[in-house]
Amino acid sequence: MAITLEKIPGQEERVILSLGPQHPSTHGVLRLVLELDGETVVRSLFDIGYLHTGFEKTFEALTYSQGITLTDRMDYLAPLSNNLGFCLAVEKLLALEIPAKAQWVRVLLTELTRIQSHLVWLGTHALELGAMSPFLYTFREREEILKIFELVSGQRMMTSYFRIGGLALEPPLHWLKRVGKFMKEFPARLQEYEGLLTQNPIWLRRTVGVGALSGEEALALSLSGPALRASGVAWDVRKSNPYSSYEKFDFNVPTRKEGDVYARYLVRMDEMRESLKIVRQAMEGMPEGPVKANAPHIVLPDRESMKTSIEALIYHFKLVTEGFHPPVGEVYQTIESPRGEIGFYIVSDGSPKPFRCHVRAPSFANLQAMMKVIDGCLLADVVACIASFDTVLGEIDR
Amino acid sequence: MNPDATPEDIMPETFETHKACQRIREFDAQAIEDAREFRGELTLTIRASRLRGICEFLRDMPDLNFKYLSDVTAVDLYPAEPRFEVVYHLRSLEPHAILRLKVRLPGDNPKIETVVPVWPGANAFEREVCDLMGIQFEGHPFLRRILLPEDWEGHPLRKDYPTTGYR
Repeated sequence: MAITLEKIPGQEERVILSLGPQHPSTHGVLRLVLELDGETVVRSLFDIGYLHTGFEKTFEALTYSQGITLTDRMDYLAPLSNNLGFCLAVEKLLALEIPAKAQWVRVLLTELTRIQSHLVWLGTHALELGAMSPFLYTFREREEILKIFELVSGQRMMTSYFRIGGLALEPPLHWLKRVGKFMKEFPARLQEYEGLLTQNPIWLRRTVGVGALSGEEALALSLSGPALRASGVAWDVRKSNPYSSYEKFDFNVPTRKEGDVYARYLVRMDEMRESLKIVRQAMEGMPEGPVKANAPHIVLPDRESMKTSIEALIYHFKLVTEGFHPPVGEVYQTIESPRGEIGFYIVSDGSPKPFRCHVRAPSFANLQAMMKVIDGCLLADVVACIASFDTVLGEIDR
Repeated sequence: MNPDATPEDIMPETFETHKACQRIREFDAQAIEDAREFRGELTLTIRASRLRGICEFLRDMPDLNFKYLSDVTAVDLYPAEPRFEVVYHLRSLEPHAILRLKVRLPGDNPKIETVVPVWPGANAFEREVCDLMGIQFEGHPFLRRILLPEDWEGHPLRKDYPTTGYR
């Protein structure tokens, strides 16, 4: 039985419109049930779960290291951010120190992830409001970032590159040159997108004043990320609870007051510039040293050492067949993903598999603010509102 | 759990310094069942009947200011009793703080008062807990299945839910 809106007794008949789940503008398989009075939405409901695969249950059947592969597949537009959140949560549980170089590489790659995620958002957002060309450009630049991911991890999208205790492997030689090449080209490209949209009269008519949300409402509805900052709340987990040495980087948290679709657009555009600043600092100050923590009972040994050291071979066997035993306890670790605050709540009973692993998915929480904004909108603006919250259904349904 | 234990018995000295813990004890001395700290995170276990009052208190006191509900979830401790723990993660943006509240519920007909009137953002989280864990939130405005189909039987995140075989 699909969810539907019940008729209010005594009220005249209104049109009930089912938008999605296959509609291209709903960014995946989101279904909205809209009650229309003419072209205005009077009531609305969301219907989700089409992608529900029970990740939280699956976590309980996998060891901690295996669990990393699930996090990629939740928010498939920001795999490295999700990897980082999960790894940091397990590392907090283990009270594990991560070497400086691993932390800096993590920061650099998650900021590139933020840029590529925002690029997908920008391209599809513009496409839905009728601007075809930004889509082609943003996907060109995104491809460059995916090539960097492939260079370091061997995978374009499902990277699983961050591991508990550091990185999967040392990044290849000269990889920073590749990042540098992207950094040199990208600011001009960003300028180009802004040239196409920021002052475009059609774009302005479709976005300014549409779907406005106040900061108070946004906080009450547990909104987070760029959409919250567009409503005037300057909260960013990277500043409020710095992780992975974000406190050593100099960057601003862009905010806007208006809280409408246009403000969300401007905040994300500014955020890409701030991410560029962080990437540049990470490139210039990249420390030397190991990329894995010195904890043989947790981190897999190098392939080479397994050929010469019996201890390494034994640890490898134990880690692969059984996994490591964290202490009994529970941790909640949040990070700033491109969509907002993503949190991992892990309960450990001391066994190699999590007793319970819950994911606080930002898109899932942001959905509520989105529904609030949609009520009272014109039908044509619903599409703009959905796009401006940048939800990923893989993460909502988990 | 010893029902006669006073908060002083349960809480070691370190929690004296924690502001949220201290303020709750001033507000309602009997509300806290248990307090723990692990990896710098404070967990307060609250009596189920006091939850709503404590939540409003934490939100409205300007020095605590827990205006943001980060997350609601639940843990199944099957076969232990009380079987369920509902876990709330609260956040204060000014000053920055995270607080974990827990409520223990029995395995038989678990139900708890909703916190949607305190934080409207709890709506979807509570629906998810109800859907996957089978905990009823009394007074919730729209407590329907959210991720699973309406006609689904059982609650998959429970530990006694079968993970193999035919359904």
